[in-house]
Amino acid sequence: MIPVGFEYSRPSTVEEAVAALAADPDAKVLAGGQSLLPVLRLRLAAPTTLVDLRDVESLHGVRVAGDDLVIGAMTTHDEILHDARVAEHAPLIAAATATVGDRQVRHLGTFGGSLSHADPAGDLPAVACALDATMVAVGPNGRREIPAADFFVDYLTTALAPDEILVEVRVPDTAGWGHRYEKFNRMAQAWSIVGVAALVRRVDGGVTDTRVALTNMGRRPVRATAVERALTGTAGDAGAVTAAAGHADEGAEPPSDVNGAADYRAHLSRVLTRRALTVAVGA
Amino acid sequence: MTATQDTGTREVGTARRRKEDAHLITGQTTWTDNIQLAGTVHAALLRSPMAHARIRVDVSAARNEPGVVAAYSGADLADELAGLPSAWQVTPDWVAPEHKPLATDEVRYAGDAVAVVVADTRAHAVDALDAIEVDYEPLPVVLDMERAMADDSPLVHSDAGTNVCFRYSDTFGDVAGAFADAPLHITRRYVQQRLVPCAMEPRSVVVAPVPAAGEYTVWSSTQIPHFVRLFLALLTGVSESRIRVIAPDVGGGFGSKLDIYAEELLTFTLARKLGRPVKWTETRSEAFQATIHGRDQIQDLDLACDADGRIRGLRVNLLADMGAYLQLLTPAIPLLGRAMFPGIYKMDAYEFGCVGVFTDKTPTDAYRGAGRPEATFAIERLLDELAAELHVDPLEIRRRNWIRHEEFPYDQIAGLTYDSGNYEAATARATELFDYAGLRAEQARRREAHDPVQLGIGVSTYTEMCGLAPSRWLGDRGYAGGGWEAASVRLLPTGKVEAVVGTSPHGQGHVTTFSQIVADTLGVPFDDVEVVHGDTAAAPAGLDTYGSRSLAVGGVAVWRAAQRVRDKAKTLAAHLLEVSEDDLDFDGGSFAVRGTPGATKTIQEVAFAAFAAHSIPEGFEPTLSADFVLEPDDFSFPHGTHLCAVDVDTETGRVTIRRYVAVDDVGKVVNPLIVEGQVHGGLAQGIAQALHEIAVYDEDGNLTTGTMVDYTPPSAADLPSFTTDRTETPSTTNPLGVKGVGEAGTIASTPAVVNAVVDALRPYGVTDVPMPCTPERVWRAIHEAQGGTS
Repeated sequence: MIPVGFEYSRPSTVEEAVAALAADPDAKVLAGGQSLLPVLRLRLAAPTTLVDLRDVESLHGVRVAGDDLVIGAMTTHDEILHDARVAEHAPLIAAATATVGDRQVRHLGTFGGSLSHADPAGDLPAVACALDATMVAVGPNGRREIPAADFFVDYLTTALAPDEILVEVRVPDTAGWGHRYEKFNRMAQAWSIVGVAALVRRVDGGVTDTRVALTNMGRRPVRATAVERALTGTAGDAGAVTAAAGHADEGAEPPSDVNGAADYRAHLSRVLTRRALTVAVGA
Repeated sequence: MTATQDTGTREVGTARRRKEDAHLITGQTTWTDNIQLAGTVHAALLRSPMAHARIRVDVSAARNEPGVVAAYSGADLADELAGLPSAWQVTPDWVAPEHKPLATDEVRYAGDAVAVVVADTRAHAVDALDAIEVDYEPLPVVLDMERAMADDSPLVHSDAGTNVCFRYSDTFGDVAGAFADAPLHITRRYVQQRLVPCAMEPRSVVVAPVPAAGEYTVWSSTQIPHFVRLFLALLTGVSESRIRVIAPDVGGGFGSKLDIYAEELLTFTLARKLGRPVKWTETRSEAFQATIHGRDQIQDLDLACDADGRIRGLRVNLLADMGAYLQLLTPAIPLLGRAMFPGIYKMDAYEFGCVGVFTDKTPTDAYRGAGRPEATFAIERLLDELAAELHVDPLEIRRRNWIRHEEFPYDQIAGLTYDSGNYEAATARATELFDYAGLRAEQARRREAHDPVQLGIGVSTYTEMCGLAPSRWLGDRGYAGGGWEAASVRLLPTGKVEAVVGTSPHGQGHVTTFSQIVADTLGVPFDDVEVVHGDTAAAPAGLDTYGSRSLAVGGVAVWRAAQRVRDKAKTLAAHLLEVSEDDLDFDGGSFAVRGTPGATKTIQEVAFAAFAAHSIPEGFEPTLSADFVLEPDDFSFPHGTHLCAVDVDTETGRVTIRRYVAVDDVGKVVNPLIVEGQVHGGLAQGIAQALHEIAVYDEDGNLTTGTMVDYTPPSAADLPSFTTDRTETPSTTNPLGVKGVGEAGTIASTPAVVNAVVDALRPYGVTDVPMPCTPERVWRAIHEAQGGTS
């Protein structure tokens, strides 16, 4: 439970942080530390430098820019939970964030850290995918934008280069959409066995848009496109929801572990998708 | 005669807040790892990542690492380290393999220690472990008990020639007759999954030598400081009088610290070799691998009954997993359940068999309840299955079989005498609090409506044996030690009282409970009583804390010692007041001459007079102090009725406890608040076994559930609000009328919860869900019962 020794860097600007990462190929970014510190203490990883972003002011906070909500990567879960702009603009994020960890974790853990960790059992990557969010990264070569669909590459792996930092996340407006994050876990405060992020827009009763993304149904978040296709264009009635939800696990490759075998997860994804959509169509 | 008749009840029976809590909740605690001694060096252990392998260990490179003081392999210390003790020889021909603190040539479970580094800081010690070279030559692994018993199984201990540790059997009554033409049999196999105790404070040891004097002070996070001293003396040859063992604040044990561990003997040996204080503290990861595990039994059960559900006989055949080695009490744990399988029920015959089996896993030993939760689970699950078979309410089937209150004391089939009880009263109270009829009606409605969330109701009417134990009983069963307990009570010159006890609390609240007993007996204020424990220098005699024994045995010893002090005070008071002792009344802490108003001496005045000794009767020994060593007459048998209602989401398999009522009868109660706390904690652990916890090994013998995240012990957020109440049937085996409560909640709750889960799913054809009843297992049970495959 004692990490291997490391250097500690605490920059105050993004540029300094990028430089610190570039200076040591085995450096690792420390955001809220809620996932990284256990990994270090179990000696599952041994970065030689930790670049702590807490003092980089520009990474903190939430703002609205045009039609987008912009969430700084170092904004804590607790700040997001209590932010009126998030509640208005992207309530799905608030709903999912409320299920992350416990109160202590939410006070330290950050939105950007959770996304960059890319744990398939983490709740926020699927939410970012469902929202078609855009990740904004800064590296030695400057700034670039990465769609959420391309950001999550594999298990604990993102499209970020080793010397790139996720600085903010741009979220399109979904005010007025029905939403639900349906999380299933064995223990309070645990990671999802399966989670379902659902967004539904209805115009004059008919479903015009459906977005469903699944947590922990593969090595990265899974967009349940078959469900989306099946529900969109229907009246959003119970029969349509149930029929659509039956496609939830199509194309998913759920893991098998102590919390559940793949077939159980596949079953759960169908049940939870039905429940998530039932709430989401109701709005 | 009870304590309350001595002085009039003031403290006993009062829900006093614990004296212990102020320092615990304000962080003023002294955990063993907080002990900071000048010149301390820190030990870290290298543990095998393999479950079974021949090893060659080279520690020489570690000796060159920064800060390293010493590094040793098991082979380096083979001559200096004795084997660890197993104190309970359950059969004359048991197999008890040598168990060295550091493996010398072979490791036998993942986590078996192979080398130790001592360094100036803990971080340096841990870092230097990486420099140790170990050559592991893999050997075949056996993890499954039934596989381990096959002729062609790999052997955990090749020189033993077998994986069988012992075979034990017992028969009571005419078993063949009872089973011969029984019209009804309930035959089941239940598995008691392996559990990890998870005490909040990990183990820790500090040993400080005084080289010139040849003396050692040992701090250890242990339940049993007296046994640690005894065994360190036996294993090292250092005289007991030169070893002082202190159990400071200890953060939970649940049986896992009722042991003599490799690290205790190793740290002692290192301090002796190096001549300086050595500290070792377990990491949580080590705790999962190298602190004992609990349960792990396969139970084959056969209940023979009449057509109306009256029990004729019970057959029990157990396989009990010892793990790779025997710890202090390992083989005895399943046998502690031997006499409890019949539960609260009358029957004509009983047969019990148990085979202890070695596997390449962490050793098992006592875990809260130790053999009795397993037994209670079996009989309480069988009773519910019997009720279902006969379409009779599970409470009714129990009424047909239980011992009636007028039948106590009752000689039950396995040879125990149940002292007292009133199962009817506890059950009546529980069903009232639970609204049993109302919930059954709701259950019927929801079944009728095919509600995807079904309601299940589980019953557990348990008893257990507390107050381990009459020494002759222990001796008859092969245990090396006894079961008495010691206390000393001193009324000091200032009028304050010092009660020195041989029990060693680690969360039980002995300081508060024993203060209440002493305060009443001597008529002194509760706050004037100081309870001293957990230090062999202060309390040389004691047998420590486990098996719900501390109040029923230790509490009675304290009370007896206090009575002796009071009797001595009375003698001196009579002398000072120049009357006969027969003319004195004692009330509210004062001796008063009957019929002579104003002629009184307070016990505090008498205490100072006994200290000054200016005027004492002939033969009176100055000071007011007394010792008492209590040998218990027999066990006491608390009991209770627990009722659990669960909602089972048949779509996901999730089980949610909706209502839990526990009505326990633990005899006379000294502190209701502490009793309630014990019940709550016990329920949490029993529910954890029913729904959440399991130690899972992969096929290579690695512990898959080796962190809190994967092992999933419940937090408060996972548990319901409990409804608790008591009935009170005094014990007849001790003069305080007390029983025990430390294990009751754990023993009762596991079958109550599983019975509820199965009850919810009976309409689906489900007759069992293996523990823990996780959502996936519940879903699979439904799925399979409905004819699906999985």
